[in-house]
Amino acid sequence: MAEDARPPPRRPGSGITGVLHRRRIAEDLIEEGQEEERDTEVALASMSQWQLAARRFRKHKMAMVGLGIFIFMALSITLVPVFQPYVFQNIPGASKAGGEPPGEVTRLVDGQLQAQPAVFGTTNEGRDVFNLVVNGGRISMAVGVFSMLIAGFVGVVVGTVAGYFGGAIDNMLMRVVDVFFAIPFLFVILVAARFFGRGDVLSLVMIIGLLSWPLIARLVRASFLSLREADFVDAARAVGVGNLRIAFRHILPNALSPVIVAMTLLMANAIVLEAFVSFLGFGIRDTEISWGNALANAQEGIRFGNWWWAFFPGMAIALTVLAINFMGDGLRDALDPRSRE
Amino acid sequence: MTTAAPPLPVPAGPAPDTADYLLEVRDLRTHFHVMDGTVKAVDGVSFAVKRGETIGIVGESGCGKSVTALTIMRLLDIPPAEIATGEILFEGRDVLALSDREMRALRGNDIAMIFQEPMTSLNPVFTVGNQIAEAVRLHLKVSRREAMDRAIESLRLVGINSPERRVKQYPHEMSGGMRQRVMIAMALSCEPKLLIADEPTTALDVTIQAQILELIRRIQAETGTALMLITHDLGVVAEMVHDVVVMYGGRVVEQGTVDEVLLQPRHPYTEGLLASIPSKGMRGARLNVIKGTVPNPFNMPKGCNFAPRCPYRFEPCPEHDPRIEEGGGPPVACWLWKQAPGHSIPQELHDQQVAAARRAAASNTPATTAVPTYHEAPR
Repeated sequence: MAEDARPPPRRPGSGITGVLHRRRIAEDLIEEGQEEERDTEVALASMSQWQLAARRFRKHKMAMVGLGIFIFMALSITLVPVFQPYVFQNIPGASKAGGEPPGEVTRLVDGQLQAQPAVFGTTNEGRDVFNLVVNGGRISMAVGVFSMLIAGFVGVVVGTVAGYFGGAIDNMLMRVVDVFFAIPFLFVILVAARFFGRGDVLSLVMIIGLLSWPLIARLVRASFLSLREADFVDAARAVGVGNLRIAFRHILPNALSPVIVAMTLLMANAIVLEAFVSFLGFGIRDTEISWGNALANAQEGIRFGNWWWAFFPGMAIALTVLAINFMGDGLRDALDPRSRE
Repeated sequence: MTTAAPPLPVPAGPAPDTADYLLEVRDLRTHFHVMDGTVKAVDGVSFAVKRGETIGIVGESGCGKSVTALTIMRLLDIPPAEIATGEILFEGRDVLALSDREMRALRGNDIAMIFQEPMTSLNPVFTVGNQIAEAVRLHLKVSRREAMDRAIESLRLVGINSPERRVKQYPHEMSGGMRQRVMIAMALSCEPKLLIADEPTTALDVTIQAQILELIRRIQAETGTALMLITHDLGVVAEMVHDVVVMYGGRVVEQGTVDEVLLQPRHPYTEGLLASIPSKGMRGARLNVIKGTVPNPFNMPKGCNFAPRCPYRFEPCPEHDPRIEEGGGPPVACWLWKQAPGHSIPQELHDQQVAAARRAAASNTPATTAVPTYHEAPR
């Protein structure tokens, strides 16, 4: 066994891994003593490919920065609205044309007017931009995550069926994919949002998800075409494993690496798409708040030179998309079996 | 190994008593339809394996050994493959007539297979224990826990130390020899009646080869599994098998017990194979080779496949195709041993011809003649 392929013994650190590690060493020593013949080839800690990938991911600086930002955003948009002292939709703040710049505003809280910090400033109607960003993020992120999951699911199933069974099925499915790639994507999204969208999250998620799976399907199919000829597939068939099980349990895990990377990028793309579609007024309806919505409404403020109204939602989109892309980059390096540090 | 082994079946005649044969292959023809035409990868192969015995299938690359094995396991994609004719009887049941479901139940449970490449035959994303346990659970109604225990037991059987820990390891943590042991353990986990080993040691280095062969032999003795050993290594054949089937160009050219075939080769091809084994006594001499190359699979010769390379070629060879099952005589596909149509030479003359051809070949020096010299088999 090549020396470099073996995971180096983990440092007995703190926490659960440290405890497990020490216990494993202890067990090894006990067993070692009982054996007549020492088996030197047994590594101390056995790691799966996913564990190895996770280790490589943790060593990827940009990916960790991206993950940090992403977790920060995710926590903010889930936790902050829980703790805010007022209903964000209708805040009777100091209504002033063009809104207040970042600083302090007077708000009605618990029936009393109070001076409160508004770090991102306020809008025309006195809404807090910070709250727009935080609450808008819930919808934007939800669109990103769920449309990614839908695209991933459909793409993986279609790609698996096409790649594994091949022949006429493959031909048919791939022509459908070709059609999807042939139509201008943004245009179709807009048209679909106009005709099928009802301004709610679900319909937008479905539209984006069901229009972006072909990319995943192509990736999965390409992997399957080479993997179905692999020796381990023949070996699995030789012990009597059935077709579906071979396709989904034996081949699919081996084909997932590029799909995971593509799905992160798809998620970033979906967040941008949501903003774009909502900005044009075809996406999330005005009574809800999303980052795209916030940007669209901010056009009013731009006239007065109120930069904060557009700046902060825009930054939120940019930062999230950037973070996801960093993560995708790190995943690509971590999941590539040829990239060993 | 006895020299007085019972004769092999000659399937062209009336069906022999099949009771004691575990596997019988009769006139199997597997063709591949590809863009450039049709390749007759297996073109009329018949042999039989008895319970608990070992049969060796020998021949050079591309002669159809592996395709024969894959056809028996029904692992070929149809199309492009086509099983044109033939019967494969396993315990009297026709394997080719089974439904996919029945075939899956047979694979792994009754017939298991070991592949050539241990490095790539295990799935990289599962632990070896999971893979063996899966094979067990496919065929036996046992719990996950029991299947894992069985996996541990079968790893112990193939001589892997501390199998309790090995089952939790991934293939990439093991060496090639270790992985081949795992493959053997997986193949044996359901106690198959027939084990097909397709060049199980080709990808391993020599010391590990010996270990793996010894392991297969030991396990075969312990479990009573019949073994179909596919190899191009005649040394392995001499050590491991009872019966030998020599294949060339998709056909069986000679078959018999290991002693018959290796000590008194009848077919010129077998003779050539044996002569090309390097031996200690020939140090410094040029290695004997069979001149020429394997014929183009799209364009097989009209008569005998081996005729273009054969040093004993005579009139009927390029015209008429000798078949091993034809016209009685010993189990050899060669006109030197059978009566060619339109060449009604009495048997005596035949024998004289063989002897004369051998003498002629032996007296010529390799440098001055196109006819290669064959030394006697180094045994």
